[in-house]
Amino acid sequence: MGIKHFKYEEFGDNESLEELRQSGTNIFLSSIDNLINWSRKNSLWPLTFATSCCGIEMMATGAPRHDFARFGMEVYRASPRQADVIVVAGTINNKMAPVLKRLYDQMSEPKYVVAMGSCAVSGGPFFLNSYCVVKGVEHVIPVDVFIPGCPPRPEALLYGMLQLQRKIETETIKSRKVRTESHNTDK
Amino acid sequence: MDKVHLADLISGFAPYAKVSQGKQFTEVSVDPEQLHKLAIELKNNKDTAFDFLSCLTGMDWKTELGVIYHLRSTVYNHDIVVKVRISDRENPHVSSVCDIWPGAEFHEREAWDLMGIRFDGHPDLRRLFLDSTWGFPLRKDYKDDINIVSK
Repeated sequence: MGIKHFKYEEFGDNESLEELRQSGTNIFLSSIDNLINWSRKNSLWPLTFATSCCGIEMMATGAPRHDFARFGMEVYRASPRQADVIVVAGTINNKMAPVLKRLYDQMSEPKYVVAMGSCAVSGGPFFLNSYCVVKGVEHVIPVDVFIPGCPPRPEALLYGMLQLQRKIETETIKSRKVRTESHNTDK
Repeated sequence: MDKVHLADLISGFAPYAKVSQGKQFTEVSVDPEQLHKLAIELKNNKDTAFDFLSCLTGMDWKTELGVIYHLRSTVYNHDIVVKVRISDRENPHVSSVCDIWPGAEFHEREAWDLMGIRFDGHPDLRRLFLDSTWGFPLRKDYKDDINIVSK
């Protein structure tokens, strides 16, 4: 079972995806792009990184019942050098933020970020009157997909990861270059 | 020993402390100066034998700061709460109980770190989580316009 078994209509937010698809390219390059995107989106390896209860849901998603190896997220890599996507699962506070930034910088291109749970999206329950929690990981690293929930169900994480795969599908050589350069400048 | 007997016993050997009954525990209020004397007595007295400090909490009652000690006796299985109120918010001092219950060491460091209460006689009173540039963030009057979105 893979992403192609899901119908286009079953996904939300198709409009912004269509907008990403608009940037045209020639036939030769686009077929190379398709090949690269196909291989990338079907082997997204996440980093073993979880800071709180969302991590438990992420582990449940990796376990046999939900089994996100079905979609090519085969193995959690313990080293950022080998990971393609970092799922920020949990609260990031001011002391953890430099560590997260370093992990992100150590990942090799192409790299993607999924903000899982309301803490990673906006600070969540710690948004008000907290002296130490970062109000959303977007302040630290650029985020591709936001998954709301406290914590999100494994199905929600699966849906978010599928949306990330669809986002990867829209990439071109040109957009990839722009993306990589934007990552380099914010160091 | 039941709560009433315990309260009578404590007010017997420590007339400077105020003993009252709370919802769950017997509460003993004491001045910061007398705390150390009371703590030694509570531990060494054969009838109370409070040999275990299960929790030490820093408090902020807005007008005054305080420390709350939850004590337990593993001999008699009875509990007590000792409360200390410190009216000096600028420079709050209370004597350390590390020499009586060594488990207090980290709790006191935490209370110093987050509430700014100094424990005299503590062997190693450094900040625990935060660095020295921080204020004391769990105080009610703590202000931080950059990090805190207040309601």
